[in-house]
Amino acid sequence: MNRGSEETPNRWLIEGGRIVDPSQNLDRAGRVLVDAGRIAAIDPSDEDVPPGVQRLEAGGLIVAPGLVDLGTELREPGREEDETIASGVKAALVGGYTSVLCSSNTHPPIDTPGAVEFVRQKAARARGARVHVIGCVSKGRRGAEMAELGLLVEAGAAAFSDSPAPLFNSALVKRALEYCRMFDLPILDRPEIPELAGAGVMHEGQVSLVLGLNGLPTEAEDLAVARDVRLAEATGGRLHVGPVSTMGSVDLIRRVKSRGIDVTASVCPHNLTMDDRQLRSFDAKFKVHPPLRSPRHVAMLREALADETIDAIQSGHMPRATEKKMDDLDLAPFGMSGLETALAVIITELILPGKLDWLTAIARLSTTPARIGKVEGGTLRVGKPADVILIDPQSEWTVDETRFLSRSHSTPFQRTRLTGCVTHAFVDGELRYCRADDAP
Amino acid sequence: MLLDTAQRLKEATENCRRKLPLLTGKTCANLFFENSTRTRNSFSLAAKRLGADTVEFSAGGSSVAKGETFVDTAKTIQAMGVDWVVTRHATPGTPHLLSRELECCVLNAGDGPHEHPTQGLLDILTIRQHRGSLEGLTVALVGDIAHSRTARSNIWGLRKLGAHVIICGPPTLVSPRWEELGFEVAHVLDDILPRCDVLNLLRIQFERQATRPFPSIHEYAALYAMTGERMRRSKEDILIMAPGPINRGVEITPEVADGPHSVILEQVTNGIAVRMAALWLLAGAAAE
Repeated sequence: MNRGSEETPNRWLIEGGRIVDPSQNLDRAGRVLVDAGRIAAIDPSDEDVPPGVQRLEAGGLIVAPGLVDLGTELREPGREEDETIASGVKAALVGGYTSVLCSSNTHPPIDTPGAVEFVRQKAARARGARVHVIGCVSKGRRGAEMAELGLLVEAGAAAFSDSPAPLFNSALVKRALEYCRMFDLPILDRPEIPELAGAGVMHEGQVSLVLGLNGLPTEAEDLAVARDVRLAEATGGRLHVGPVSTMGSVDLIRRVKSRGIDVTASVCPHNLTMDDRQLRSFDAKFKVHPPLRSPRHVAMLREALADETIDAIQSGHMPRATEKKMDDLDLAPFGMSGLETALAVIITELILPGKLDWLTAIARLSTTPARIGKVEGGTLRVGKPADVILIDPQSEWTVDETRFLSRSHSTPFQRTRLTGCVTHAFVDGELRYCRADDAP
Repeated sequence: MLLDTAQRLKEATENCRRKLPLLTGKTCANLFFENSTRTRNSFSLAAKRLGADTVEFSAGGSSVAKGETFVDTAKTIQAMGVDWVVTRHATPGTPHLLSRELECCVLNAGDGPHEHPTQGLLDILTIRQHRGSLEGLTVALVGDIAHSRTARSNIWGLRKLGAHVIICGPPTLVSPRWEELGFEVAHVLDDILPRCDVLNLLRIQFERQATRPFPSIHEYAALYAMTGERMRRSKEDILIMAPGPINRGVEITPEVADGPHSVILEQVTNGIAVRMAALWLLAGAAAE
């Protein structure tokens, strides 16, 4: 980059790239002018380009709205050995996420206005991806009484969830969906019936049977989805189920959507690309959430993602410290570091083989999650905040978890060869990540 | 090869009673994170019969109780200079993790409900001693298949050596997925009994069951216990096996356990032979 003294900071002209913006159905070559933190113009004429602009050559690159994650665990306060707000928002940018909705499973959990405020302030200082705070549905994430949802909204909460703990109390789900109608904010549920899931560590199927490992039956998810979508229909509340991982969930969501009920769903990259046979290694890297399912489920999820039964892809970022993941499969926690690989996995496994086009992929990763979470981002419309990423769709790299910016260095994609990486990430028109600065 | 070696070692040690100093100067560590008496002693005796030293380690009075991970414990034991680590653990796959982390030989003495390879081998050796071959035999594994590492270590070997394998028990303990994997599944013992050449009666593992998979022990015994009455409806030369510990009155009645068809105690002796063979072959493999 050329930062001459005559250039105005945060005034950028991104030229020569291929613009992919699902919010405007744009997929063509063009240039993007960023000024004062906003998208100032698409394809401005030369006279309209203000003086002092920094030109960014984006030949061969994709220019897209920054990705939006519906469920990033940042772990701070209380579990800083796994992740901190500062490390998490930097890792997000490397993966192309300019906005994350951060989960409420900190210690103490985010169930008070003070806790929301803490995360927001720390995130503002970290200057990485934007952070939107998900508040707890229940006090203490205990699944019994509603948290003070209205006060959490006033403090800036963007959505509610007890995730990764499932909402196991049907009466609470119903009440929370009803109550949240006055805020028009979504309840995010990671669907699971705990008594059916038991002490499972992997998908229940042929592989778990042979390995003698406790299984997580698909019914545990299916039944929770069935209950959730029915309660959403009954209450008219806004419900997002996810991440989902089973054919049964897909079937239920498809049916409820066909009746015009506004339920949304998301899926994680690992459930679109890996199956339960990986557990034959007995490596806790593959103990992820949702669990790696059998190939039939993987195929169905891919189909559901393409036909929009599943609306969004979420990173599945559940960072857990190395020493925790080193344990045996019963003791090691579920989790993986997902932010830095999500986009490249989708490019490598779905876009390049032609299963998903760029416009759809960016919709699932950016535009739709922004709409579901009702947060800024997901668009390159003129006047909107300039959360923009540049993607090199051809660059090949090998996943090396030890180089993650996330504090958690565990991924099922370790040593996988991937194609595609983020070269630049702008938040509010400010260049906050540049891969060239990062090169060894 | 291992079975032949076991047979030869059994003969050379006069039914596993005499010492044969093949492995003098080597050390075998028993690293048991789960309770065991017979398997642990069987491995110890096998090592001692071949002249090796043994060191015993159990989870209770050790640093695992102080928060050390089992991998670190195993590394510590290895650093003390051992040639084999024999491990038992409640979680499947733990020997696999150890074999990746350790340089010495790792023997699986049971990993949760996953595998118990020397048990599978000693069961097969016992059948072979009585029948010469497994080809064409019908072998039924009866009982708590869901939680049984013995079952998971028997079925693959039995099938490979040409036996027809039936997996029998209540549907809550015998998954229909075993059929997808090519094994015969049965839920009514009396239906398959006349066809069986060998019955391997597995213990009900109450300690691994989160929710009880059948209404009562009384009902289980009525449906699945091998009794004198059932013996009379079996083949005349049926072999009755059990990996032990046996629960008399649950899966087997005393008259069957102590009867002429029972080979349960031969299994125990063969256990030492198989474990001697495993230690010896691994030492050889490591030396090459």
